[in-house]
Amino acid sequence: MEKFTKITSKAVPLAIENIDTDQIIPARFLKATDKKGFGDNVFRDWRFDKNGNTNTAFSLNNPLYSGSILIAGDNFGCGSSREHAAWALVGYGFKVIVSSFFADIFKGNALNNGLLPLQVSPSFLTILMDTIHKKPETEILVDLEKQIISIADTNLFETFEIDPYKKTCMINGYDDIDYLLSKKEMIEAFETQRK
Amino acid sequence: MSKTLFDKIWDQHVVDTIKEGPQVLYIDKHLIHEVTSPQAFNELKERSIPIFRPNQIVATADHNTPTINQHLPIKDKLSKNQLEQLSKNCSDNNITLYELGHKYNGIVHVMAPELGITQPGMTMVCGDSHTSTHGAFGAIAFGIGTSQVAQVFASQCLLLKKPKSLRVTVNGKLKKGVLPKDVILYIISKLGTNSGTGYFCEYAGNVFEDMSMEGRMTVCNMSIEMGARGGMIAPDETTFNYIKDRQFAPKGTDFDKKVAYWKTLPSDIDAVFDQEYIFDAEDIGPMVTYGTNPGMGIKITETIPKENNSSFKKSLEYMNFEAGSSLIDQQINYVFIGSCTNSRIEDFRVAANFIKGKQKAENVTAWLVPGSKQVEAQIIEEGLKEIFDNAGFELRQPGCSACLAMNDDKIPKGEYCVSTSNRNFEGRQGQGSRTILASPLVAAATAVEGKIIDITKQLN
Repeated sequence: MEKFTKITSKAVPLAIENIDTDQIIPARFLKATDKKGFGDNVFRDWRFDKNGNTNTAFSLNNPLYSGSILIAGDNFGCGSSREHAAWALVGYGFKVIVSSFFADIFKGNALNNGLLPLQVSPSFLTILMDTIHKKPETEILVDLEKQIISIADTNLFETFEIDPYKKTCMINGYDDIDYLLSKKEMIEAFETQRK
Repeated sequence: MSKTLFDKIWDQHVVDTIKEGPQVLYIDKHLIHEVTSPQAFNELKERSIPIFRPNQIVATADHNTPTINQHLPIKDKLSKNQLEQLSKNCSDNNITLYELGHKYNGIVHVMAPELGITQPGMTMVCGDSHTSTHGAFGAIAFGIGTSQVAQVFASQCLLLKKPKSLRVTVNGKLKKGVLPKDVILYIISKLGTNSGTGYFCEYAGNVFEDMSMEGRMTVCNMSIEMGARGGMIAPDETTFNYIKDRQFAPKGTDFDKKVAYWKTLPSDIDAVFDQEYIFDAEDIGPMVTYGTNPGMGIKITETIPKENNSSFKKSLEYMNFEAGSSLIDQQINYVFIGSCTNSRIEDFRVAANFIKGKQKAENVTAWLVPGSKQVEAQIIEEGLKEIFDNAGFELRQPGCSACLAMNDDKIPKGEYCVSTSNRNFEGRQGQGSRTILASPLVAAATAVEGKIIDITKQLN
């Protein structure tokens, strides 16, 4: 897993609530047996129509918006547990998803792939969304060590929560398998004691 | 200290606790399927990590399988490759696989309970969000991502923070024509799609106590649609009778010992939940959804609410519905009875009972997709197939099918489908398709009439 400490980037707004993982990556793209190529099809049916024509009204297709931070509406990532959604967002180039609320399984999947699900207050989300809509060139700063998200050239910022264990994993690029394997003897002892 | 059903099972499975961090939770059963496992197998292979406990894993092929001509080679190259990968991964690692055509094959959340694999007090996971289904037996069961599938492969454990507890109580007498599906759609319509996030939900009250195991599975299945990682119902005589004598259930005195243990699991009377909701059974009616998430549901007799919010408007625009209008008399050309929510024998009995002696409307394509080979066999054995055939319904072979439209079972663009599945997301049943979630009874009635009707009038 790639290490994550801080980034400064422009952001892409996606002011839709309850974005489910079927929208992030539709089921018909889940036939692959590796993790590659999902980025090409992220938000496929919002980015393109059925004939493959680009939907220019969709924010990811708007040349004004770019960057590795996605600002999305409330309850992002609900629905299916498909980790392909996280692979698709990472594959497309996103490193941070900002929302006022994340669905459980998506949040875990994102963290397991070095993608930071950053939860802000609804009011700060509105500020971020408005700022990017008005001034798309605005840079957003995310500092994981200090747990701060701020808007460049303003005094607007907010602190965010993250599980301390997951924070350590993100900063150092560790994954849970390494940790669990280090506990193997304890797990075997647990099995024996239950018999 | 008094404990909830969830606490009792969770606490017995904690191997270790990281200071100010997650806990190491031991997993009893790991169910896998073709779509969310290949990358996990690859991960372990690349890192030369063996599968730790292959005999605690059960595999089936369900998401990406055809529902006709299952005996023929699969035409779609990618689907064929994915299924072959599963077979190879399972045989290389000594994992039991009920592949396409096997008499135990079926949707993972239908086949595992019917084989007696699912039991009270267990921790169970699967790379599928509807793993919450198994909570109907009083088990902790939840969906996981592929990285977590790899973690369980490697260690039979997961690193997790203990979720908060939620209890939804429904007491009273359900009205005629109100099925378990209506109960859960009603609850989600009242609580919304994220009210359960961060929680594990226990369903309590006489409504759930009186339900069959099939009904309880329908309810727990959709817990994830209100955001809850899992749902559960206390095990009781209904649970024990269902499990008894099934293929992988404990037998003889082992079974009796288990039952004695299972009886200790229900939440203590004075157990405290972090959040509680209480509903009255009398308030629930047959439900339909009108929008693009499962929380957007109304009683069939109600009208679509008016909300001034852009996501709400986008949703109605997608569905081509207007706020304030009723869904009654809405013409419907597709009906799907199936999915891990409603593809068990009881669901087909309900449908057959309504359909018997009637005919499917000419405009309707009606797919009936059983949840497993065993359900399929039972449909034939009980004479339900004859009823369906005579009425013009198409009984297909088991699989996830048009619930997520990964295979060829897709609803065309712009068409409405009254579906017994669990998600009405945009394009879920095919690009541009419009899903209306409902019970098997409402679905059967829609297929017969060719439009949505007020089923309550026919029943009273």
